[in-house]
Amino acid sequence: MKKIIIIAMLFTGMTLFAQNKNAKASLEVDGVCMMCKSRIEKACLATKGVKSASWDVKTHELKLFFDENKTNLKAIEKNIAAVGHDTKQIKATDEAYALVHPCCKYRDEQIVGDHKE
Amino acid sequence: MKFLIYILLLPACLFSQEKISGMIMEANDKNEHIGLAGANVYWLDTEIGTVTDIDGKFTIPYKSGYKKLVISYIGFKTDTLTITEAKMIHHWLEPTDSLDAITITSRKQATAKSYLSASNVINVSSDELLKAACCNLSESFETNPSIDVNFADAVTGARQIKMLGLTSPYILIATENIPSIRGASQAFGLSFIPGTWVESIQITKGAGSVVNGYESIAGQINAELVKPSTDNKLFVNAYGSVNGRLELNTHVNTKISDKWSTGLYLHGNIREEKFDKNEDSFLDMPLQKQINVMNRWQYIDTKNGFVSFINFKFLNDQKQTGQINFNSDTDMLTTNAWGSEIDTQRYEVSAKLGYVNPDIPWQSIGIQTAYSSHKQDSYFGLKQYDITHNSLYTNAIYNSIISDSRHKIKTGISYTYDSYDEFLDTQNLNSNYERIERALGTFFEYNFDDLDKFNITAGIRVDSHNLLGTFLTPRLHARYTPWSKSALRASFGRGKRSANIFAENQNIFGTSRNINILNTNGNIYGLNPEIAWNYGLSFLQGFNLFGKKADITIDYYKTNFQNQVVVDFENPREVNFYNLDGKSYANSFQFELNYNLFENFDLRTAYKFYDVKTDYLVGRLEKPLIPKHRLFANASYETNKKADASQWKLDATYNWLGTQRFSSTETNPIQYQLSERTPTVGTLNTQITRVFSESFEIYLGAENLTNVRQPNPILGANDPFGSNFDTNFVYGPIFGSMYYAGLRFKIN
Repeated sequence: MKKIIIIAMLFTGMTLFAQNKNAKASLEVDGVCMMCKSRIEKACLATKGVKSASWDVKTHELKLFFDENKTNLKAIEKNIAAVGHDTKQIKATDEAYALVHPCCKYRDEQIVGDHKE
Repeated sequence: MKFLIYILLLPACLFSQEKISGMIMEANDKNEHIGLAGANVYWLDTEIGTVTDIDGKFTIPYKSGYKKLVISYIGFKTDTLTITEAKMIHHWLEPTDSLDAITITSRKQATAKSYLSASNVINVSSDELLKAACCNLSESFETNPSIDVNFADAVTGARQIKMLGLTSPYILIATENIPSIRGASQAFGLSFIPGTWVESIQITKGAGSVVNGYESIAGQINAELVKPSTDNKLFVNAYGSVNGRLELNTHVNTKISDKWSTGLYLHGNIREEKFDKNEDSFLDMPLQKQINVMNRWQYIDTKNGFVSFINFKFLNDQKQTGQINFNSDTDMLTTNAWGSEIDTQRYEVSAKLGYVNPDIPWQSIGIQTAYSSHKQDSYFGLKQYDITHNSLYTNAIYNSIISDSRHKIKTGISYTYDSYDEFLDTQNLNSNYERIERALGTFFEYNFDDLDKFNITAGIRVDSHNLLGTFLTPRLHARYTPWSKSALRASFGRGKRSANIFAENQNIFGTSRNINILNTNGNIYGLNPEIAWNYGLSFLQGFNLFGKKADITIDYYKTNFQNQVVVDFENPREVNFYNLDGKSYANSFQFELNYNLFENFDLRTAYKFYDVKTDYLVGRLEKPLIPKHRLFANASYETNKKADASQWKLDATYNWLGTQRFSSTETNPIQYQLSERTPTVGTLNTQITRVFSESFEIYLGAENLTNVRQPNPILGANDPFGSNFDTNFVYGPIFGSMYYAGLRFKIN
């Protein structure tokens, strides 16, 4: 009897851990312009398992759909940081940031200001 | 970063001659000259700008078109100076605590070309449609260089359109992606869609997508109609012209619940006055009456992802034409006088259902279905022609992605059913032609977008058709962006269709020619289906010329017919239909330049070259009445909108057509012989619109302002029942200049 309960519990456990193929996530990514948008979205989609990525220039919100079996949020954020964009969790290295186009230097207040015009 | 853009753009302004220099200073109590280094100085609405040097000095290119100079600097108020002449500028900027934002306004283009999509699509917005008082869809293309609008037919007054040198049967014309102008409605269908119902038009040059079927050869035209949820609550348009045409359009739209809206659209037009300006005893334009009603129901449920449309349409159209003294009551089908009447009734029901999965936004399903019944009863002199065409169209599309959103797919199935019943009363042809066409097809389209430089759409469909057989239709469109603001496109595709020889060529009845079908073993009137391959290359480059936006497009398209139903007018006693034996092709080249010459002034120019040839029974000849060379120019200007939304809009379109070949009249008696080629024709259309407020505007226009007229459009007009009567030699306007006026009233 005990065994059955244990097995049953294992099964429920398994279902609980079942990974969502179309997991949704939303996070903030720093950037300023349409070029940033293209760079951020490309970096996301280059991550295996990411199905859809759309970044909003105004709100900086990145909406993601990905297969949890294949990837996770951390891996995606790492790839975003690798092309030079900061997320709340992972900051881009100075080397990566140096590679973004001069127009996209979102850490520079003047450039952010320029884009606001 | 703006500096960098300016530096990059500097080469673009090297052409300009004049320069303005000046100094930007920090405002202070004593008016001391304290130079402000690094301030942005640029012309409003342009990308011409510079940055002040260490002393606050700057030099910027100047052209008389530039009026507003913007000076901005972080921590200072942004100022906009009005510049009237090229003199030294001294300006003090006021410091500010908060960053002042200025809005850079950019005018929306009325006709937009995409730099991104794989296919060569031109989007024509409602703004563009208002540039000419397009009473119906056939007139909507007059300000567009990619579509050629023919001069009205001498008898029926119908206007045919052409694309890439091919007539409208080779273009798939759809309303909201449901093929609508085909079969029996081919000849007059464009005049059955009132201009005010059209919200926007998408023109795809080249093969087009497989989703909408296998029939398109030269391209696709899709007209989006106004929608109950977004159209004005009330819209009234009245139009009157000196050639006696009166039109009335009213739209009433209501929101019934938070999900349902409905709209009722009424169109009526009438012309009862008779005109015979060229005194050839024939009416210059048919008398006509049309009632056209549409009722639309729109359902939107964004939360659950459902969208639906249900449409009902009814049309009754009557035309009478022929000799001015023709009385249909006493002279119908007699030799008292030559006359013609064309009565059309059409019912249409269509429905669309779309579902987008709210949790997985890239997954969607769309189902479209349409049923139409089209009945035309007509006679032309002593020839009678009736056609009834019932048609059912259904298409189901599933959209999704493969692995990620760079790889999109569309797949689905379609079914079409067409039944044609034609009655004909002419010499040496059967009097009844009946046929049923059924096609079941499935399609798959794959789109890859690297989100940057490259984009490709590849599609294939398989159709099983009771008369055309089972066949494959491949289509491919690709876009590559070699450098910024450019798009290089290539496409190819196959199209196949059954030619409705009588419905598409109703002009053959306006002649004394004998109509012959020379083949007997095909499935459609004894003829074989038409098959053609279309190949295209297109290059679009945007750039700045003297600080204003410009773009050029170079298009080259080639259509090769594997089989064509040749319509042969080369013997002036006969019209012959036969299967192509040899080659038939249409090559077209187009060079287009669009330029925003100065603020609110757009110029669009195009040169087109057509090489359209067919192997006729007598040998390879240019297709009759297609000019080799065409020029097009459109200029539009609008004043700035005032606070009460009032403004002026001016528009002018010039079309020039090179000489066109007449089909041979060599064997005619000398008085009925025509020269080998037509003279050249140039026409000018203008329109001026006065917008008084958001809700009211009036317009005044002139078509063919310079009063160009073809002297004798009808051959043998003095003897319409004689053997030389022919109305197929129209190459220019018949009526001469025509003036019109109208008003638009809307409540939102």
